[in-house]
Amino acid sequence: MGIIFDGIKQAFLLLIHGDRQMLQIASLSLVVSGTATALSLIIGVPLGTWLGLTKFPGRRIFVSLVNTGMGAPPVVVGLIVSIFLWRNGPLGILHLMYSPGAMIIAQVIIAFPIVAGFTLAAVQQLDPKLRLQITALGVSKIQMVWQLLLEARLPLLAAVMAGFGAVISEVGASMMVGGNITGQTRVMTTAIVGENSKGNFSLAIALSVILLALVYLVTLGLTLIQQRNKVR
Amino acid sequence: MNQSVLTASNFALEASNLSTILGGKKVLEIPSLQVRTNEVLVIIGPNGSGKTTLLLSLALLLKPASGSILYKGHSTGTNSATLGLRRKLAVVFQEPLLLNTTVLNNVTLGLRARKLSTEEIKSRAQKWLKRFSITALAQRQAKALSGGEAKRVSLARAFALEPEVLFLDEPFNGVDSPTRQALMEDFGSVLRETNVTTVMVTHDRNEALMIAHRVIVLIDGHIRQIGTPSEVFSNPVDEEVASFVEAGNIMHGAIISQTEGLAVVDVGGQQLEVVSELSAETKITIFLHDDDITLSLPSPQARFSSARNQLIGKVVKFFPIGSQIRVSVDCGIPLVALITRRSWEEMGLTVGETIIASFKASAIHIIRQR
Repeated sequence: MGIIFDGIKQAFLLLIHGDRQMLQIASLSLVVSGTATALSLIIGVPLGTWLGLTKFPGRRIFVSLVNTGMGAPPVVVGLIVSIFLWRNGPLGILHLMYSPGAMIIAQVIIAFPIVAGFTLAAVQQLDPKLRLQITALGVSKIQMVWQLLLEARLPLLAAVMAGFGAVISEVGASMMVGGNITGQTRVMTTAIVGENSKGNFSLAIALSVILLALVYLVTLGLTLIQQRNKVR
Repeated sequence: MNQSVLTASNFALEASNLSTILGGKKVLEIPSLQVRTNEVLVIIGPNGSGKTTLLLSLALLLKPASGSILYKGHSTGTNSATLGLRRKLAVVFQEPLLLNTTVLNNVTLGLRARKLSTEEIKSRAQKWLKRFSITALAQRQAKALSGGEAKRVSLARAFALEPEVLFLDEPFNGVDSPTRQALMEDFGSVLRETNVTTVMVTHDRNEALMIAHRVIVLIDGHIRQIGTPSEVFSNPVDEEVASFVEAGNIMHGAIISQTEGLAVVDVGGQQLEVVSELSAETKITIFLHDDDITLSLPSPQARFSSARNQLIGKVVKFFPIGSQIRVSVDCGIPLVALITRRSWEEMGLTVGETIIASFKASAIHIIRQR
C-alpha cells in the first residue's frame, strides 16, 4: 500500500512544483486527444445523423460497421495506421510516423465510430413525428437537421464524453504510431506504461492520478453543461 | 354539386384520384375532393379509416401512391412540396410535439426559419401568445407545461405562421373535458376571426357541429358522405354512416324567451322548451339525439309526462339499424327517432301513422350560432 501513497504524494509534488516534463506530457495528451475528439465530432456527428435519418439499401451494413468501429481495439487501429504511415507505406510520403499528427489520425479512427454510433442512437430515439412537425413548420433541410441535433443535445454530449474518454485513455495506438518519444510524442498513457516497465511505480501512480483527475475535470465540465436545467 | 362552374381560385386545395398505400395495403382512395377557400372542413370517421392519412396527404406531408393535389389551381409537384409552398401551410398534430426549449422559441421557430424581421417575429409571437392566453408562459420550458398548456402553445405556433391553410389532426385529444371545452372555445373564436381555410380531423361530433362548414365522413379510406353538418348528422346516406355519426336531429332556431334556465325556442314554427341560460333572440343550432326521442301512440294519458316537449306528427319513413329502427317523423319539423324493433312491432307502427314524439328539455344540446 505504501507504493500507492508514495505515488499520490508524488503526484501532488509534481503538480505543486509544476514539473515541466509532466506539464508537457499532460498538455500533449490534452492537445492530441482534444483535437482527435473535435475531428471525430466533425466526421461522426454528420455520419451518425445521416445514418439515423435516411433510409437506403445497405444502410444496416453501414450501421453494423459503425457499431463494430465502436469496439475496435486501439492496437489494431494502431497497426493499420502504422502500415499506412510507414516510410514504405501508401502514405509514407507524409512523414507523419512517430509524430503527434499520426497519433491524432489513429485516435480519430478510434473515436469517430463512437461519436457516430452515439449520434445515430440519439437521433433515432427522437419521436419520428417530431420530424414531421418540424418539416410542417416550413424549415429548410439544414435547419431541420440542426433542430433535431439541438433536440438530441443531451445524448450528443454523452457522445463527446465517450469519444474523449476513449482516446485520452487509449495506449496501444499512441504507442505504436507515436513511439513514446520523450518531449515529442510521450503522452500520459504511454508515459505510465514506460515508467511502470522501468519499475518507477510511484511515478506511474502519480501520472495515473493526474490522468484520472484530467479525465474527471473534462467530463465534469461536459456533465455540468449536459445537466444544466436551461440548456438552449 | 355545382362546383364545376366555380373558378379554380375558389379552391384552396383540389385532390383528384388520390390513393395511398401503407404497408402494401390501400388505405385511401379519393376520386375527387375540394377544399374551398375560407371554409372549415372537418373529417370524421372511425379509427383506422384513413383520416390522418388524408390530412397528411392534403398537407403535402405524405406522398400519395397516385393522384394529384392542386394548391390554388397549381400543381404541387410530384416530389415533396417545395419550401415556398410548405410555408403557406401549418399543421397541428394530435400530440403538441414541442421542442425541448422555451415556449417562446417554440412559437417563433417557424418564423425564424422564414427569416422574418426581428420586430415582426416579436409582434407575431406576442399577439398569438396573448390570443391563446399563454403570455405568462413565454419563458417557461416546454417540457414543464401541462397538457392543456402544451396544446395552446402548439396552436399559437401554428397560427403565428399565419398560414393560408391550417391542418389539425385531433388537436384536442388527450386533455380532460373542461380543458378541452375551454380550448375548443378559444380555438373556435380564433377560427372565426382569422377566417383561415381549415381542414381538421376529429372524432367529436360536437366539435364538428361547432366549427364545420362541411363535414366529410371517411370510412375504410373512402368518402362516404360530404355535406353540411345538418346534412350529415340529420340525413346520413346509409346505415354505416348513420351508426358512426350517431345520427340525430339538427335544427336551427332562435330563443323566444328564457326564465330560470328554461328557454322557449322557435324552431321552424314549433315551440320547444330547452334547458339553457342563453337570452332571448339568440340564434341557435339545436342538436337532439335520435335516441332521446320517445314515440307513443296518441292517448288521453300521453299528455301527463315529465317530458317538456310533446309534438304530434306522422311517420314518414323508417329503416332498420340492427335491432333498432330509425323512424322519420314529420311534426311540422322533421325528426328522426331511434326505437327498438320490439317497440315498433308492439305499437304496430306503419308509415302514415299518427304518433306523439316526446323528449325532455334537458335532452336538447344547444350551440350558439356563428
